[in-house]
Amino acid sequence: MKKIKWIVPTFYIIFLMLPIYWLLNMSFKSTTEIINVYSLWPQDFTLDNYRTIFTDSTWYMGYVNSITYTVFNTILSVSAALPAAYAFSRYKFLGDKHLFFWLLTNRMAPPAVFALPFFQFYSSVNLFDTHIAIALSHCLFNIPLAVWILEGFMSAVPKELDETAYVDGYSFPKFFFKIFIPTIAAGIGITMFFCFMFSWVELLLAKTLTATIAKPIAAIMTRTSSTSGYELGLLAAAGSLTIIPGAVVIYFVRNYIAKGFAMGRV
Amino acid sequence: MNKTYNQKAWFFVIPVFVLVAFNAVVPLMTVVNYSFQETFGSNVFAWEGTRWFKQILHSERFHASLGRQFIFTFIILLIQLPLGIAIALTMPKKGWGVPVCLILMSMPLLIPWNVVGAMWNIFALPDIGFLGNSLNSLGFDYNFTQQSGDAWFTTILMDVWHWTSLVVLLSYAGLNSIQPAYYQAAEIDGASRWDIFRYIELPKMKKVLTLAILLRFMDSFMIYTEPFVLTGGGPGNATNFLSLDLVKMALGQFDLGPAAAMSLIYFLIVLLICWVFYSLMMKNEGRT
Repeated sequence: MKKIKWIVPTFYIIFLMLPIYWLLNMSFKSTTEIINVYSLWPQDFTLDNYRTIFTDSTWYMGYVNSITYTVFNTILSVSAALPAAYAFSRYKFLGDKHLFFWLLTNRMAPPAVFALPFFQFYSSVNLFDTHIAIALSHCLFNIPLAVWILEGFMSAVPKELDETAYVDGYSFPKFFFKIFIPTIAAGIGITMFFCFMFSWVELLLAKTLTATIAKPIAAIMTRTSSTSGYELGLLAAAGSLTIIPGAVVIYFVRNYIAKGFAMGRV
Repeated sequence: MNKTYNQKAWFFVIPVFVLVAFNAVVPLMTVVNYSFQETFGSNVFAWEGTRWFKQILHSERFHASLGRQFIFTFIILLIQLPLGIAIALTMPKKGWGVPVCLILMSMPLLIPWNVVGAMWNIFALPDIGFLGNSLNSLGFDYNFTQQSGDAWFTTILMDVWHWTSLVVLLSYAGLNSIQPAYYQAAEIDGASRWDIFRYIELPKMKKVLTLAILLRFMDSFMIYTEPFVLTGGGPGNATNFLSLDLVKMALGQFDLGPAAAMSLIYFLIVLLICWVFYSLMMKNEGRT
């Protein structure tokens, strides 16, 4: 029983890697080869697709745009959620439970519902086609999630920690930044991971709120596919490159994830 | 934890409240506003009362896409939860295997949703995709762009690929929070593997599983981008889920009134189910 245990995760990981491998495989082929020859690895290995992306500014600026608004949204969501999660984990106040559930309901609103009003609303406040617009709009689903996760981590910290610090003469801001935040660093790491993830992968709102200047890479991919026929090789290369920022983020937070998960709080 | 009453805590919540309200209230009110009116373009509106709501609730098209949506979400939960828990149970608990598993399993979660759709499209194409080509050479008549059964199969497989890891990560976190003492006690009592799972692991995972079920329910019920790219709702209307239908109506045909009414009904369904589930789970929890 013990010996064969590893089979399940191994098969699962193989299943996860297959489509990713196929995407990578295609990204190193030319479009004609993709359409005409079926092969498990590139017969005529080429880096042309990647060269196109890195030399054409409409392509590589897409990555810059996506990363810009994702980072901005992650910082905004986590810094707004920190004090709120503290309030929910430590105090009772008028309407706290209702407010908490109201926050969650925003996670439940289908983005498709909001696409059109968002377009009109952000146009009317002159934020259309800016990175700020996307970063703000993604707060809709990221802040509730951030509050939810952080509240869990904070509730796991005993209240005695706060009280001891006040007895020792710490002011609230000093306690919060010097003691409390380092204590829940793992939780903040995980929250940032989730915020980055949901902002990076979202397309519908990001696409609706941009035209040219702040257009995310995912939207550039959909546009290219419809205008110049299916440039499959180019699309595969662009798709492969979208995996990298996520992989980098996982690499950096892997210890936090292992540690935070060890605390059993997500 | 016993919390103290402190109304000043509201000041801590204000930034979150403002940011979310900014995004939620105005657009939601816009939708409510449209749902009671008829638009003739160029900002001319006429009051329609509840006509759109009645029309949507009696529409065959809405019933069909709602039905598809429920079946899809049900199948997704039925596959992903047991599979996710099983993988979390068999994952290594320490050593080099932990970061390797965590990193590789998180990969699908971090790929933009339309790339997931596009990736599965080229992976499943019957002529040039690995999945399609392999199935066909094994003798199956597989073509997800033509046969609705295959389209469903591919969409579900894609979602399992995309989201099972979330259940795995959450369950793994829950399992890790169990003190070794519990297992030792179970061993002394001579508990079977199933008993350990049923009476120790499952109750301890309750909180994270609640979160997993809620997140998976919401996200699979609101699925849009991946099937839009993979099948576009087709063949025919076979995989035309609620969001896809809604966007087709709102942006494609520019029927703002009915689309807004449908949005609200859609939102209320998600809200109601989540609320019932959340209350049930919290009630049994005995208010911590």
